[in-house]
Amino acid sequence: MARRSTSAVVSTQERKPTPSKGRQVVSTSGVAAARPGLWSEGKRHLLDLDEMSRTEIEEILRNADGMKEVLSRNVRKTPALRGKTIITLFFENSTRTRVSFEQAGKVLGADVINVTASSSSVSKGESLLNTIRTLESMQIDVLVMRHPHSGAPYFVANHIDAAVINAGDGTHAHPTQALLDLFTIESHLGSIAGKKVAIVGDILYSRVARSNLWGLKTMGADVTVFGPPTLMPPELRDQPDIAKVAGSMEEAVDQADVVMMLRIQKERQSAGHLPSMREYSTRFGLNAKRLKLARPGALVMHPGPMNEGIEISPDVAHGAQAVIEDQVANGVAVRMAVLYTLAARSSVGR
Amino acid sequence: MADNSKGIAIVGGRVIDPSQDIDRLATVLIKDGVMEEVTAKPLAKAPDSYDVIDVAGQVVTPGFIDVHTHLRDPGEEHKETIETGTMAAARGGFTTICAMPNTVPCQDNANVIEAVLKRASEVGLVRVLPIGAITVGRHGEQLADMAELAAAGVIGFSDDGDPVADPNLMRQALSYASGLGLPIMNHPQEPALTRGAQMNEGPIANRLGLTGWPNEAESSMVARDVELAALTGGRLHECHISARQSIDAIRRAKERGLNVTAEATPHHLTLTDTWVLGEHGDDNGVVRSGAYDTSTKVNPPLRTQDDVDALIEALADGTIDLIATDHAPHAITDKLCTYQEAANGIANLETAFASVLSLHHRDAVSLPVLIERMTAAPARFLGMDIGTMKKGSTADITIFNPDLDWTVDPSEMATLGKHTPLAGTQMKGRVTTTIFGGKVIWDIAAVAPIG
Repeated sequence: MARRSTSAVVSTQERKPTPSKGRQVVSTSGVAAARPGLWSEGKRHLLDLDEMSRTEIEEILRNADGMKEVLSRNVRKTPALRGKTIITLFFENSTRTRVSFEQAGKVLGADVINVTASSSSVSKGESLLNTIRTLESMQIDVLVMRHPHSGAPYFVANHIDAAVINAGDGTHAHPTQALLDLFTIESHLGSIAGKKVAIVGDILYSRVARSNLWGLKTMGADVTVFGPPTLMPPELRDQPDIAKVAGSMEEAVDQADVVMMLRIQKERQSAGHLPSMREYSTRFGLNAKRLKLARPGALVMHPGPMNEGIEISPDVAHGAQAVIEDQVANGVAVRMAVLYTLAARSSVGR
Repeated sequence: MADNSKGIAIVGGRVIDPSQDIDRLATVLIKDGVMEEVTAKPLAKAPDSYDVIDVAGQVVTPGFIDVHTHLRDPGEEHKETIETGTMAAARGGFTTICAMPNTVPCQDNANVIEAVLKRASEVGLVRVLPIGAITVGRHGEQLADMAELAAAGVIGFSDDGDPVADPNLMRQALSYASGLGLPIMNHPQEPALTRGAQMNEGPIANRLGLTGWPNEAESSMVARDVELAALTGGRLHECHISARQSIDAIRRAKERGLNVTAEATPHHLTLTDTWVLGEHGDDNGVVRSGAYDTSTKVNPPLRTQDDVDALIEALADGTIDLIATDHAPHAITDKLCTYQEAANGIANLETAFASVLSLHHRDAVSLPVLIERMTAAPARFLGMDIGTMKKGSTADITIFNPDLDWTVDPSEMATLGKHTPLAGTQMKGRVTTTIFGGKVIWDIAAVAPIG
């Protein structure tokens, strides 16, 4: 595994965040000040990777490395975010993402409050807005939010002073998943640039795929996508700068450094996108035979939860090349890095 | 403000009345609420019997007619009332508006029609012509009492907001209404192709993770409707056409000599789906916090530039017969939410004319053609002697300054619906005076200095 430099907790504490008043403040400090992006020019939220520069992504990955070191200590606790309040607001079920954010916040010493809203309480926009306003009146620093509607965190970010982290919005984006995927690839392969990454499955409705496409493109990977035509954005064929569209599973996996399998939602079958899960598995599933076409030692990734036996065969999912559990472990470190960056900035000048 | 006991003389303006092929500098004389004369001669005789409105540099036309307005009254008076809706119409230059039936209760029976007409008459600002529902409750199952509705004064039938999805019911509706001489105004949208749809299907929808509404969901129903119009000989009107493919279907129907008309809205003629990205349609390749702008959510959705170009071309050549607003006011909270939750519709009576005037400013459609599509063409559709300055016709007049720069400020709009993607947008050209039945009902100078 490639190791990067020093502890990010030390190095980030040395940086002086610029006092922030609303969204228009331009940061003059920090590595990203040279160009507009998330950590400069007033952007205080993490909504998707499309608005992050390579420098900014690298900053998160570098900090995550330091966070990983913290997580390996006997006493997994730092006071970096002591006195900060983080709320996780989940309008959809989640295990790994919510727990991962909670753990990340707690290791950093923040107070983490988990709020789960039943879908019935968000059937009206006003109640979402009122929920947000209620939470904000409790002086929160960071709102981690998952919502079944695409764009919900963008709406919330326009009505809140706290930093908003998108923990998955509808079929749109899941930026911290993409960041932890990038971190996992870099940890194992040393770099992302030039690596062939195959993303296979429901590209059209996958927020994981979408955020990864932005992130991998920014980091210089060579991305190939494959999936049923009913689950593929047709315009991708005209956007070779984003990804190449493969014609078969074999072509997609051929000589890949990374094979990223996506979860297939069962409701795609009832909505008419797919004939049957059996056929899906036959044509779009990853098994040991197909994995042999990839480069030796190629990484097998999956954002979870997996449908073993459908998009991925159990022997591959738990085989030597799978880094799926690493992804989960790295998720905590990456989310620590994200929380640290946003929380440290959001509260100054309050 | 004009004294109604006197006449009104509108002097110094460019008069455009497409119903009479008039486009010249002229004086317009109104007496006793009706058109007296449009004359090139200077005002000489008995000037004391006229209030003079000097409109040098402005354009004088028949009052605009909107065949597709949502007034929400009765039942949703928090969104709009007949009073606020007709005030918005007056400010937008409309002297006649046709009220869509999706009220609560629905305009599917004579009682509701009579109530709407009575209320509109009490308010007395502009002419309100109700549209009856095609089916009971707009449920798409059983025809409403169409003859009774016709007797009560409806100008056509629509289940607007909902298509008549059942082809047999559509066939019967066209056939039955043909006996009444009234059009079926269908909202073409194949439901099975638009389940959960939120915006135009395409790269921007995919980028935003929003469910797409494909052009073909519209054009396939237009094509079906055209065949049913041919089968029945009924009068078919297609509402708010947005897709290039639909225009092709309507063009072919007209070539076959079928009794088919179609309308387009100001927003579909001028805006594209890039506006959903926010920043007034600036597509910089990144989804920014202004994206998912719910004020852009409308049904049918804003389409691509290719569709807009096709729509403008069709408006110019008459394939699209007329401009209709689809003014759709909602409560603020109906748009203060996620895109998926947001109500469809744009409140646009007060911006509609400035929007379409931009087509003239960039030489896409000539001014007389534009005016024709908002006056003579809808009057022809209604079969009424309005939208004209012919001697003896009712004096409905709209005066606009084509070069007046102004900025859209929803808080200044009369409509209760404050949602428009044009908020903060610079517009060029604005209605300055609206006259209904010889009475000045809107005068911008009375509320704000011009310029």
